[in-house]
Amino acid sequence: MSRHEISLTVNGAEAKGEVEARLLLVHFLREDLDLTGTHIGCDTTSCGACTVILNGKAVKSCTVFAVQADGAEVETIEGVATEEGLHPLQEGFWEKHGLQCGYCTPGMILSAKHLLAKNPNPTEEEIRWGISGNLCRCTGYNKIVEAIQYAAEKLRNAETEEARQEVSA
Amino acid sequence: MIPGAFDYHSPSTLEEAVALLARHGDEAKILAGGQSLIPAMRFRLAAPEVLIDINRLEGLQYIREENGYLAIGGLTRESALEESPVVQQRYPLLADTARVIADPLVRNLATVGGNLAHADPANDHPATMLAYGASVVAQGPGGSRVLSIDDFFTDLFENALASDELLTEVRIPEPQPGSGGAYIKVERKVGDYAISAVAVQLRLHGEICSDVRIGLTNVSAVPFRATEAESCLEGKALSEEVLEAVGQAAAGQCDPSADLRGSVEYKRDLTRVLTQRAVTQAIARAKGGSQ
Amino acid sequence: MTTHVEDRFEHHSEKPAGVSAQVETSHDVQVSTPAKICGMGHRMKRKEDPRFIQGRGRYVDDVKLPGMLYMDIVRSPYAHAKILSIDATEALATEGVLAVITGEDLKEAGNLHWMPTLMSDTQMVLPIEKVVYAAQEVCVVIATDRYIAADAIEKVYVDYEPLDPVVDPFEAMKDEVIVRDDKEAKTNHIWHWEAGDKEATDQAFAEAAHVVEESMHIPRIHVSSIETCGMVANYDKIQEHMQIYMTSQAPHAHRTVFALVSGLPEHKIQIISPDIGGGFGGKVPVYPGYVCCAVASLVTGKPVKWIEDRSENLQADSFARDYHIKAKMASDASGRITALKVETLADHGAADAAANPSKFPAGLYSICTGSYDMKAAHVAVDGVYTNKPPGGVAYRCSFRVTEAVHMIERMTDILAHDLGEDPADLRSRNFIRPDQFPYRSPTGWEYDSGNYQAALDKAKEMIGYDELRREQLEKRARGELMGIGISSFTEVVGAGPSKDYDILGIKMFDSAEVRIHPTGKAIARFGTKSQGQGHETTYAQILAEELGLPASDIQVEEGDTDTAPYGLGTYASRSTPTAGAAGAMAARKIKAKAKKIAAYLLEVGEDDLEWNVDRWQVKGSPEQAKTIQDIAFAAYTNHPPGMEAGLEATDYYDPPNLTFPFGSYICVVDIDKGTGEVKVRRFVAVDDCGNIINPMIVEGQIEGGLTMGLAPALFEEIVYDDQGQNLSGTLADYLVPTAVESPKWELGKTITPSPHHPIGAKGVGESPTVGAPPAIANAVVDALWHLGVRHLDIPISPQKVWKALRDAGVRG
Repeated sequence: MSRHEISLTVNGAEAKGEVEARLLLVHFLREDLDLTGTHIGCDTTSCGACTVILNGKAVKSCTVFAVQADGAEVETIEGVATEEGLHPLQEGFWEKHGLQCGYCTPGMILSAKHLLAKNPNPTEEEIRWGISGNLCRCTGYNKIVEAIQYAAEKLRNAETEEARQEVSA
Repeated sequence: MIPGAFDYHSPSTLEEAVALLARHGDEAKILAGGQSLIPAMRFRLAAPEVLIDINRLEGLQYIREENGYLAIGGLTRESALEESPVVQQRYPLLADTARVIADPLVRNLATVGGNLAHADPANDHPATMLAYGASVVAQGPGGSRVLSIDDFFTDLFENALASDELLTEVRIPEPQPGSGGAYIKVERKVGDYAISAVAVQLRLHGEICSDVRIGLTNVSAVPFRATEAESCLEGKALSEEVLEAVGQAAAGQCDPSADLRGSVEYKRDLTRVLTQRAVTQAIARAKGGSQ
Repeated sequence: MTTHVEDRFEHHSEKPAGVSAQVETSHDVQVSTPAKICGMGHRMKRKEDPRFIQGRGRYVDDVKLPGMLYMDIVRSPYAHAKILSIDATEALATEGVLAVITGEDLKEAGNLHWMPTLMSDTQMVLPIEKVVYAAQEVCVVIATDRYIAADAIEKVYVDYEPLDPVVDPFEAMKDEVIVRDDKEAKTNHIWHWEAGDKEATDQAFAEAAHVVEESMHIPRIHVSSIETCGMVANYDKIQEHMQIYMTSQAPHAHRTVFALVSGLPEHKIQIISPDIGGGFGGKVPVYPGYVCCAVASLVTGKPVKWIEDRSENLQADSFARDYHIKAKMASDASGRITALKVETLADHGAADAAANPSKFPAGLYSICTGSYDMKAAHVAVDGVYTNKPPGGVAYRCSFRVTEAVHMIERMTDILAHDLGEDPADLRSRNFIRPDQFPYRSPTGWEYDSGNYQAALDKAKEMIGYDELRREQLEKRARGELMGIGISSFTEVVGAGPSKDYDILGIKMFDSAEVRIHPTGKAIARFGTKSQGQGHETTYAQILAEELGLPASDIQVEEGDTDTAPYGLGTYASRSTPTAGAAGAMAARKIKAKAKKIAAYLLEVGEDDLEWNVDRWQVKGSPEQAKTIQDIAFAAYTNHPPGMEAGLEATDYYDPPNLTFPFGSYICVVDIDKGTGEVKVRRFVAVDDCGNIINPMIVEGQIEGGLTMGLAPALFEEIVYDDQGQNLSGTLADYLVPTAVESPKWELGKTITPSPHHPIGAKGVGESPTVGAPPAIANAVVDALWHLGVRHLDIPISPQKVWKALRDAGVRG
């Protein structure tokens, strides 16, 4: 059965591979690229542990074939922090105790990242619906909601600050 | 859970896609959003020998009003409906539906065309498109044709497309003045299929209802319209008696099967209640000027 | 069949020596160290988090070894069937397939086809004659790649002769179909067990003014931690050494089990439990997959990885609950509960594989008199085999406490409603009073401390109880359905005292080994294993409190049997009660040595010194002091002549008693008459877990536990059809709640320390999962009681509520 050369951008860097058509994107990331921060928690597209950002949208990487990502941009948890430090969502999850076992956390953070990109000032209700494709068995979700609220506020403040500096410049 | 092996094609034009379909026939499956197909393949409930990935086809993702209808490209993601101002403002039944399909991550990949073409009575779009009186555009080797949604669902997981045809567009008639619609779904939790769900679209002339169309989700083997319930409301003003009759008719006409979501009796009665609520809300929206 | 009748408790009323009769309850967390040290009571950010938030956690499936092979499992489609033949020819002919291992192979390898369960029953690793539950492991395939292994299991052809299964435990008791014909006794009845005083209970019922009675089923549920189970086994044939990475909540106990079962010497087995993606009890048992994976590595001499799929995890791993309960409660004319009588049928599936390391087959179920003082109680439980996967592991609960609490809290509500009394008032009248602690219960438990009224008062105040009752009356008059439910539960955790608790004879102590380096930094290793509880942080805080070393200077390690001291693992909310106590005791040994060194350095007598946060100082002259860092350096450079160098200590802590956390929860629900949907509008949880190490982590444990209490109350159930097929074997049908279903939890606390625990802590991980379900069920029944509804079994699905409403003539 068919094998394919693929080339994509993962966390800003080029990644290439020769893959069987049926290889799931999550296995390509974990096994071929050793990006093991993306986890697998189910086989029915229910849990969201494998969430990555594919071409700007949060998706479940267990329900995409690697070959489909040829030419795409993928962001995994390993690419969320920058040289300047942790992303506000990572800070928020740490500050607000938004994680316990840590297994759902990468998926939660990437889901939340896409949510905040679409809606920088979500209500609590919108956050709960926004992460409803990700299951967490440890936290009871309260503190995940608080972590996302923390990040949203920090990102909004940063944006305001940027705008202010632009105006004064 | 690992899918079986298959040959993969990723055509870049519609013509190429249709030619591949024509060549491989029943051995091939279309890969659109993949959110139903890939899980089925992982459980090896589906084992196509050939996958034709249409995600690289240009020009199949759009939502626009033209020629008296809302045209939705077959490859349009469910999340695009949620984010579309025209859907949010003028198509509340569709907006209601888009919000409750699966979960937000699934909606980022799942497509409107795939949701319909899968012809799963548990999917949400079939009832909604039945209520809208939508039509679908099918592209085959010899060109395209338009099918009425009423003729589209032929059996469980079976549709009226020929094996070499691709669903390229869904057309929803633009709402006439006084139109209103609503979709109400009861699910066990987010991401689940409906225990029952009801889509209603209608027009109001003063107090009188017309063009009533009601589609039901997951209470039959094939997606269908509750035509008897429609008749109970057609040409009438809403009253307690009429609402009762509408609900009873929908409950009577549906044909659910018992499963973990509920017994036949529960699903029938739930369909009655949800039909009444959706009708009430559709009328309120028609009165409120929100179509 | 064996019969156990409890006679372990001597009934006497003396208070244990050295324990004060009553412990004061407070409402605020006490902090005695500065933020720099971050001892107990600080909301310290977790030390383990930086790796998790950056995708650098290391779970079993992240382990990748050179030349690693993959295992996949062929499973039975039948719940009960004879195996006629297994044909693996086609699988073995597939490129990349190295081996297929069957039950016969395991038998030849040294009778490895059976293994002991934690309850000293036996369980098949791989079957030879017949399968006894659907999805049972039949044989395994070893291949060079995960995908090839998955293809190959489809090419193993097993010929079965289906047998009638017995799925219903009441049917099973008739012995018409025998599940375990490998046993001498041809019966499905596993054991009968009783606790309490039957005669006194019967007498109390004979004298009762009121008796209420109810039957209830606490259905099968599954922990479904987001990480499934898995292993990487790496046998080195030259070194004769087995290294195992395993999703294990109890790596040391598992090492001993592996040694006993396989015959490999224990010092040649290393079990590493790396980061664990949630456990909740599901990673305590040894599953057949683990054994097969280890055997596969032994056979091939190569590393072998096995990672369960979610559907395998939900269909074949051990389950929780499945208790069929018949309860009767007696009261006097004034609504004082006088007695409780409970009969229970416990469905254990095809093996008694309960994760219950106590001497009692029904675990701690006899705690079922709960928070209420009554004269007499009697409990009888019968265990039975059925054609279902082994049951009886925990679901975030200590050995049947959830079942007991659900029963007593439901019965208390039923009694209150029957008497026309407010359920809060009836509880208050019957609570064990603070001055009765330590309290000896009629089934023989000695509760360490409690103040139940204080917790209930706080919960009522937080939620505005009286106002809610008024609103409920108004709504009821308008035909709207709203309910208020209370659960005033008592937990029992921290297994446990070695007299009654062991795993295969190994006593249930736990351990800590603390070593302070010359520069005043430390490493501490424990016999437990965190699966998200935050041990790297909380243990460091306990040591910081005791030693004055900054918690950030203490590295905590667990889970590697080659380095950590022997311990029994993490479950049953036992880590703080046992290993946490061991940490404090080890620190106190260090502190005693530090005192000698300080006295030597300061040239004073030990009696002249007093401890002050992080130093020994001269009484009345605090400027003369040696900090713990000074002392650590001296311990390696300038210690007293004749004293051993170094500053370290080990402690194995055997708790004198269990601990008894408690709480009062109040839940408000609104019910949709048309659809039967239940909406949890508010939920206030007041918990008392004794002294608090890290309030933030305690809140996290409670909130998480509440969602795992909501889940079985309204959503989750493992359902079988009459052929024993699991109908809820994927996460599409096993309904783990999302952030939408889970309400915004509102927390409160009281603090009543444990008098026998070195730091007064009690453990908290499981209280909310134990306490929440009856609060929710009570709220739903409270909304429907006036319609004639007395009881609904959990999970309370929309359909169940709808049916109760329609049966009562209410039409939405």
